[in-house]
Amino acid sequence: MKDAPLTQLNKINQIDLIFTRLDKANALSDLDPIIRDLRDGFCVDHMVYHWVNAKGAKLGVGTYSPDWVQRYLDKGYLRIDPVILGCAHHFHPVDWKNLDWTPKAARQFLSDAIEYGVGNQGLSIPIRGPQGQYALFSVSHNCSDDEWAAFITDNRRNLILLAHYFNKKVLEIEGDRMSDPRAHLSPRENEALTLLALGYNRAQVAQTMSISEHTLRAYIEGARHKLGAMNTVHAVACAITSGMIIV
Amino acid sequence: MLRYLYADQLDEFPQLRDTMFRDRADQFKTRLNWDVSVDENGFERDEYDDLNPLYVIWETPQGTHSGSMRLLPTSGRCMVNEHFAELMNGDLINSPLIWECTRFCLARHATRLTANALMLAGGEVMVGFGVKQCVGVFDQRMIRIYRMIGAQPKILGQTGEGKDFIGVGTWSFTDELRQRVAKIAGISPLQSRQWFDLAFGPDQRLAQVG
Repeated sequence: MKDAPLTQLNKINQIDLIFTRLDKANALSDLDPIIRDLRDGFCVDHMVYHWVNAKGAKLGVGTYSPDWVQRYLDKGYLRIDPVILGCAHHFHPVDWKNLDWTPKAARQFLSDAIEYGVGNQGLSIPIRGPQGQYALFSVSHNCSDDEWAAFITDNRRNLILLAHYFNKKVLEIEGDRMSDPRAHLSPRENEALTLLALGYNRAQVAQTMSISEHTLRAYIEGARHKLGAMNTVHAVACAITSGMIIV
Repeated sequence: MLRYLYADQLDEFPQLRDTMFRDRADQFKTRLNWDVSVDENGFERDEYDDLNPLYVIWETPQGTHSGSMRLLPTSGRCMVNEHFAELMNGDLINSPLIWECTRFCLARHATRLTANALMLAGGEVMVGFGVKQCVGVFDQRMIRIYRMIGAQPKILGQTGEGKDFIGVGTWSFTDELRQRVAKIAGISPLQSRQWFDLAFGPDQRLAQVG
């Protein structure tokens, strides 16, 4: 799995190009070929993204065979999959080796997964998005423990960044579904939007809050992102209609 | 020993959990008189405890809290961005590779070993999970502690002086720093790694039995 230095550089350039494509994506269907090419770029058997909610996988993009995806659904594996159970709304990356594979159901699941080509090694990166959103980004491969350990050492940070960027993209594309009136604004974000709603301009808001306009921009951007709004005016409108700020 | 527990795992260690929140009240309300809230159980908790953070807790042989700190990824909600953005002139920190450390607490009876072990644990987390940096907000008191431990932050921003001083800083962990902190602490890097592996390695479920 270890490439010669020259091909390593080519691989990095390859992945960079794919990032550019990811940046430009604006539909879920764009993500399918991208995740395949990313999988190839990282030289692993599989790469999968799942947005998970309480009811089950909300949406998934990945390279597993459709047969395995169907099998997973038919057998209700979501309930016993040690990856789902082990990552559990935590935020550290998990090597599948460290999960609990001892229960009988888990062992059967594992042998099934291997039969469907998932691979004997895996790494899952939990992603906690805004408003309690939760997703998992996983790579899996068939190789020795030593090879996998080396792969993780070389690639984990990039995979963590990729995972979070991929999730950000999905949220952008599925953005309107995220808007939640119960979104939590920090006190300062709330204060900034309230003052804007009252008709103060940015300079006046910054002065009232005793902060620089640069800092104010950060608070407004934070609020806008949390509210899933397109711009400041939209953010203020969302905040008012949902009762988050009162003017 | 050092325990690494998410909020949703704390109920498996009720005594450790309760003594931690009570020691936090003692440290941050009683001793430092910070603007924090203490509930009817005598527990100090804030909004970030509800976000399922990762706690690193020093557990005494009696199973009680002696020191702790709380970790959250800056890619999600965190204190430094929501309450201390001014200190960074609005340059928010937003990366899954940068984790925020808050509520660094030492019980009244805590020894130097506790503080050292917690700092080492920060290093384990960085090495073990690929985290590049930790960021934290700190006051004058903590500067002395960091110096004693041998791991001083790179300061991103600050305000005030003396008792009113507040700073935001980051820590990276080179192998060299790790060795130095371990040496000062008198804790072998192997021991420190073992506590981490107990929590996150293949036998982690044994750790949860308490």
